[in-house]
Amino acid sequence: MAKAELMNYEQALEQFEVVIGLEVHVELNTNTKMFCGCKNEFGNEPNTNVCPICIALPGALPAVNKTAVESSIKIGLSLGCEIAPNGRFARKNYFYPDLAKNFQTSQYDEPIAFEGSLDVEVPSGKVHTVLIERAHMEEDAGKLTHIGGSTGRIQGAEYSLVDYNRAGVPLVEIVTKPVYGAGAEAPELAAAYVRSIREIVKGLGVSDARMERGNVRCDANVSLRKHGAEKLGTRTETKNVNSLRSIERAVRYEIQRQAHILANGGTIIQETRHWHEDKGATSAGRPKSDADDYRYFPEPDLVPVQPSLELIEALRATLPEKPADRRKRLASEWGFSELEFRDVVNADLLDQLEETVAAGAKPQAARKWWMGELARIANESEEGAVPNITPAQVAELAKLIEDGKINDRLAREVLAYVLAGEGSPAEVVAARGLEVVSDDGALIAAIEAALASQPDVIPAIREGRMQAAGQVIGAVMKAMAGSADAARVRELLIEMANK
Amino acid sequence: MSEITPELVRHLAGLARILVSDEEVEQFTKQLSVIADSVAHVSKAIDADTPSTSHPIAMANVFREDVVEPSLSQAEALSGAPDSAEGRFKVNAILDEE
Amino acid sequence: MTDLIRKTASELAALISSGEVSSVEVTRAHLDRSEAVDGAVHSYLYQNPESSLIAAAEADRARAAGEVSSPLAGVPIAVKDNLTTTDAPTTSGSKILEGWQPPYDATVVKKLRAAGMPILGKTNLDEFAMGSSTEFSAYGPSKNPWDLTRIPGGSGGGSSSVVASFQAPLAIGSDTGGSIRFPGAVTGTVGTKPTYGAVSRYGLVALASSLDQIGPVARNVLDAAMLQDVIAGHDPHDSTSLPESLGSMTAAAKKLDVKGMRFGVINQLAGEGFQPGVAARFKESLNLLSAAGAEIVEVDCPSFEYAIAAYYLILPAEASSNLAKFDSVRFGMRVEPGENATIERVMAATREAGFGPEVKRRIILGTYALSSGSYDKFYGAALKVRTLIQRDFDAAFAKADILVSPTAPTTAFKFGEKIDDPIAMYLNDIATIPANLAGIPGISVPNGLAEEDSLPVGIQLLAPAREDARLYQAGAWLERAHEEIWGKRMIDFAPELEVK
Repeated sequence: MAKAELMNYEQALEQFEVVIGLEVHVELNTNTKMFCGCKNEFGNEPNTNVCPICIALPGALPAVNKTAVESSIKIGLSLGCEIAPNGRFARKNYFYPDLAKNFQTSQYDEPIAFEGSLDVEVPSGKVHTVLIERAHMEEDAGKLTHIGGSTGRIQGAEYSLVDYNRAGVPLVEIVTKPVYGAGAEAPELAAAYVRSIREIVKGLGVSDARMERGNVRCDANVSLRKHGAEKLGTRTETKNVNSLRSIERAVRYEIQRQAHILANGGTIIQETRHWHEDKGATSAGRPKSDADDYRYFPEPDLVPVQPSLELIEALRATLPEKPADRRKRLASEWGFSELEFRDVVNADLLDQLEETVAAGAKPQAARKWWMGELARIANESEEGAVPNITPAQVAELAKLIEDGKINDRLAREVLAYVLAGEGSPAEVVAARGLEVVSDDGALIAAIEAALASQPDVIPAIREGRMQAAGQVIGAVMKAMAGSADAARVRELLIEMANK
Repeated sequence: MSEITPELVRHLAGLARILVSDEEVEQFTKQLSVIADSVAHVSKAIDADTPSTSHPIAMANVFREDVVEPSLSQAEALSGAPDSAEGRFKVNAILDEE
Repeated sequence: MTDLIRKTASELAALISSGEVSSVEVTRAHLDRSEAVDGAVHSYLYQNPESSLIAAAEADRARAAGEVSSPLAGVPIAVKDNLTTTDAPTTSGSKILEGWQPPYDATVVKKLRAAGMPILGKTNLDEFAMGSSTEFSAYGPSKNPWDLTRIPGGSGGGSSSVVASFQAPLAIGSDTGGSIRFPGAVTGTVGTKPTYGAVSRYGLVALASSLDQIGPVARNVLDAAMLQDVIAGHDPHDSTSLPESLGSMTAAAKKLDVKGMRFGVINQLAGEGFQPGVAARFKESLNLLSAAGAEIVEVDCPSFEYAIAAYYLILPAEASSNLAKFDSVRFGMRVEPGENATIERVMAATREAGFGPEVKRRIILGTYALSSGSYDKFYGAALKVRTLIQRDFDAAFAKADILVSPTAPTTAFKFGEKIDDPIAMYLNDIATIPANLAGIPGISVPNGLAEEDSLPVGIQLLAPAREDARLYQAGAWLERAHEEIWGKRMIDFAPELEVK
């Protein structure tokens, strides 16, 4: 794959205005599929959660999942959308082996929710209001596996295998209006927007929202135009952005790629592009063409969806706290600075901190551990690896320190053993005898042993030169493999000096 | 006068994934022109304000509870498949990028 | 009894229920009849006599054990081959589904089995129910028992001919634009298209989803009524199925009274331009009705001028989408056009080989009607015409309880007469199509013979949506009135088939 030339990012922003648009597909966590009673479940043997409806056998007919409709309405309400009083499903007709009917039952000009907005905060602290065009219901396609090629992708494959377990799983597609004015923050805004969507649907309990599982998928549209120009530039749509990090990188890449082409007098091809995380680049896909004539028409096998005002209000009453409101509340409860709080949010650790505090830890202690040692460990391991520790365990660790049972250094050791799967912090401390030694007798003995080789320390302390104490404390800590209570050692040493 | 041309017929056949011979293209062009002409006058009967009826019997809000129903077994699902492997439907290589 | 096959379904039901005759005897009598005549008539695409007799034996066992499955328990029936059956292939008259064994039963088939009715076989139809003559069946046409050189009607010519040739007392058909009613008219049998949604479509190989309905085929109105009562009902698997029951058609068929009922003659379908014998029989029936105290009124439905056009936009459009699933992947035919063909080419080659010319024609037309730039002019416009047709019916039903017309403009034509002229073929349905567009119920009842060719003619009755009972009430009365005049049933005028 030839690497495209990229314009320097700052230069690109100087020359062009960036417009982005985001399409997010949310996979609902209903028990059953959108149009049939097959299990909506991941990880089963292929083609075992299928029926005549979702493998499109002749004669089968769809039946709408009530919970999926309610979940879609809740998502719409959470995005400040209007809920359509009358909407129909529509057929989107195209042929593809993972689409059993060779049409997708979706919604066309009558989406269940439309005209909403979402305030999204980027790392710099700026808040962008992203306008939502629509949210509509549709169904997922099956899973294709390409066999025989070297990359597992379509090119060069000998044949493909189709598993329809995923076919028919309910999806809600959320489409933004074009987003203007993000400027250099466009990549961060894109990622922050998707992060917000994830928070919302997770908070609603309608989706597991795990991007690595495909519960939330994003297609990023990017176009550039000269500053002050009226007409929108040609946009590309980038697919296969499977993480928040990828979204940011892909948007940034497209800005740079398109800027280079336009600055050199070229034109952007309107096409679907594919993001390659390993290469950090997009590649050209199929050009969007007239071949994409989807021939939409109202789905005759399904009757209109007309949510009553009572239903909408009843669902509205079940909505949890808005993410923005939740954040404000937590920030104030925890007493973090703006910067501290934003760092936690940007690191996607808000849920973990909340749970850790709920388990009894002090907010700052929770922050210290999640943003410090655990974040360091997560970064060193593979992308997306989640530390093998629960918020409750982190809280327990913090409490052990607070109670003086262990100190920071010991805590790091305990943490390593907890992550290795040896048990909870308390269990590890007990099993490995990692408690801080605060037995005065043992400490005095160790101090005396240290003093034996450092006789000048006591006179120095008596003369007020406290720094000298440090050497003895250090020696005692070393001798006791860090398990001495340093503060107590210092106290005892000073007592001894003053005797 | 209808706009059904051989090119259009080929394009439509492509969209519908049906291979058509030259003979068929010629035949269909003629027959479809006649049909298209005779149905084209439908638009004379209506105006912008006429509502459309997609469902002959008006009904709304027909839903299914989100409760699991029995699925087919893998064997039943694959029972009609012209070709299958590893519990999945087997198809020839796909030309287009997805 | 050799004349078991001449009895009505309700007579057979009574004989079986009283124990005078067994379901096995009745079933065997009909299977024997098929052996004798179906070589000539070709109503069936598939029969498995052994499994029919096993089902009959089970019906007998149930009756002996005091289990009552239904008023038609033990009475055998034929099923149109576009309904899925787990114990018989379902081809929908197409090569693309040759030998396909569905893993599930259509809801209607489930109901027949639960009603203790043995299935005699799957009947022939125009491919994917597209046609009016069975000449488009990929497996050869069925013949009209009245004259084997003529069409039995379509698409359900197999179901109408199987009943008209006494191979089955009852059959199940499907009607999208007249596919039950037109065959009924040209074979001197009874056929009903119920209100849209009265009978579940789950398991019916879809043609045009907003037009298709499954309905009864029989030799008399009471039998059709009893059958509709067995197969109708809400089905959660069919989101368009009516939530409520429409009442007892059987009771309606027994009322036999039309006094005070208003019968509306539709100006646009009053017989002008129709075959003379068709128009003449129609006028005579109107006279019969008014002599019995029914009121005959005139109604005007100007939008019917556009009905055929709207139909031939809606049907191909929906069909083009419904038939996209036939792609060689999960079931049916697969054609490999050479080594290393891509899936796209396999799909295109399979559909080329598996679909007949009428099906291809309609798919391409339907694709056109939906394509961007054409939607508003074609499919979108047709959906609006549908509104106008419903309005015309609403206005007509304000003046009449039942609307009447000849079922079809002609009697059964000869094979090959219209096959190269799609428009001529489409005109067979001119009287039946409006009911499908509006979703209202319609029945075709035998209406005598046309004197010019001595072939059967039908009269069509239409009722408002959900008022199917009126059709059976008036239809049964007309049938009896005719029989009193003729001295025998319509079907008894049919020439005897040569027995093999």
